[in-house]
Amino acid sequence: MTYAHRAFIVLWKDVLTERRSKAALNALLFFSLLLLFIFQFTLGGDRERLTAALPGLLWLGFVLSGLVGLGRTFLLERENDCWDGLLLTPGDKSAIYLGKVAGNLLLMLIVEVILLTLFALFFNVDVGRALPALGLVLPLGTIGFAAVGTLFAAMTAHVRAREVLFPVLLLPVVVPVLLGSVRATDAALAGEPLSAVAQWLQLLVAADVIYVVAGLLTFDALLEG
Amino acid sequence: MSRILGWLAALGLAAGLVMAFGVAPREATQGNVQRIMYLHVPTVLVAYLAFVVVLVASIAYLWRRDPAADRLAHASAEVGVLFTGLTIAAGAIWGKPTWGTWWTWDARLTSVAILFVMYLGYLLLRGMIEDRERGARYAAVVGIVAALDVPLVHFSVYWWRTLHQPPSLLKPGPASMPDGILAALLVNVVSFALLYAYFVAKRVTILRREGEVLA
Repeated sequence: MTYAHRAFIVLWKDVLTERRSKAALNALLFFSLLLLFIFQFTLGGDRERLTAALPGLLWLGFVLSGLVGLGRTFLLERENDCWDGLLLTPGDKSAIYLGKVAGNLLLMLIVEVILLTLFALFFNVDVGRALPALGLVLPLGTIGFAAVGTLFAAMTAHVRAREVLFPVLLLPVVVPVLLGSVRATDAALAGEPLSAVAQWLQLLVAADVIYVVAGLLTFDALLEG
Repeated sequence: MSRILGWLAALGLAAGLVMAFGVAPREATQGNVQRIMYLHVPTVLVAYLAFVVVLVASIAYLWRRDPAADRLAHASAEVGVLFTGLTIAAGAIWGKPTWGTWWTWDARLTSVAILFVMYLGYLLLRGMIEDRERGARYAAVVGIVAALDVPLVHFSVYWWRTLHQPPSLLKPGPASMPDGILAALLVNVVSFALLYAYFVAKRVTILRREGEVLA
């Protein structure tokens, strides 16, 4: 079995369990809808203000649902005592990490698409024009977020105070990704060409590469339990 | 060994105080407030040194699984967080009379603040895991990821905004300050580095003995 195949099996297992239980997606959908309510209530009905804050609000929504979604990456394995199963997998263990990152990326992208649609509907924002640019910016930002998130989730799965510790560890580390993503999303929504934020996109690519490589190299040490 | 380091650090800091208040000239525009630099710059440089040590010790731990490397990383992170806190506090005290504000979201202030919370999280993680070996492994991973994040934080926050004066020491070309000020600064940098080494040596000893008691 090749490396890619093993990573794919981990991804497929998670997609199957999610498709049958719909535990994460249902909760996250509902959560995104609630976030939208909260944004509306806290910022008031002023459309000008909402539009100005839109890129930040979008990423706030992605980050908050990401914290909820990513934090439970390894909970299934933990609660059902399948951790030993992961440990016994033959070959390079980092394939498991890659599969989990891919699964989280998929989950987050689905949530992001839904949040974006909800924003467009409820706040009456025209995102159609910005879609091609957002199609590049959102995955670039999300890869970095999912890569660190998956790594830290493997760690906090074993810690009792995981609900506190996970965001406390993750949020400071993803600040560069967040700054870059918000700025690039801002440009995309304003209809500026992406070349105007080229340095931010480069930063996002660099962050994605650094985080994924760091995760691949260190995941083994976390898997031991 | 640590006793000698302690005395050297004490002597150096005493000399640094004399240099900072006696020898170094009074800065023309800022006045005596500028002398906070003799605390501010050494502490931040030593904090960066401390986090480099955390990175190296973390890699060494994951590679060799030597508990000594883990103790070094742990001790260095604690002292690094302490010195980062001192840097921020001293900077705020200097910023109030000079800039008119304790805090501003300037690029370098922000990146040091992010560094501070990142390593606070690292210490929090260590405090929450009872199993020493597991805590060591997890902390090593966070120590490596956090250090790799530093250049990203630096560039992103720099592009985000900047107001701080350019670095006075770590830059190409000759230092842009009178000899008296430079000498006082260098004495303090060396003394604070000695103080760091003394704290780390002490902390490593305590961690080793704690390990022996618990084993």
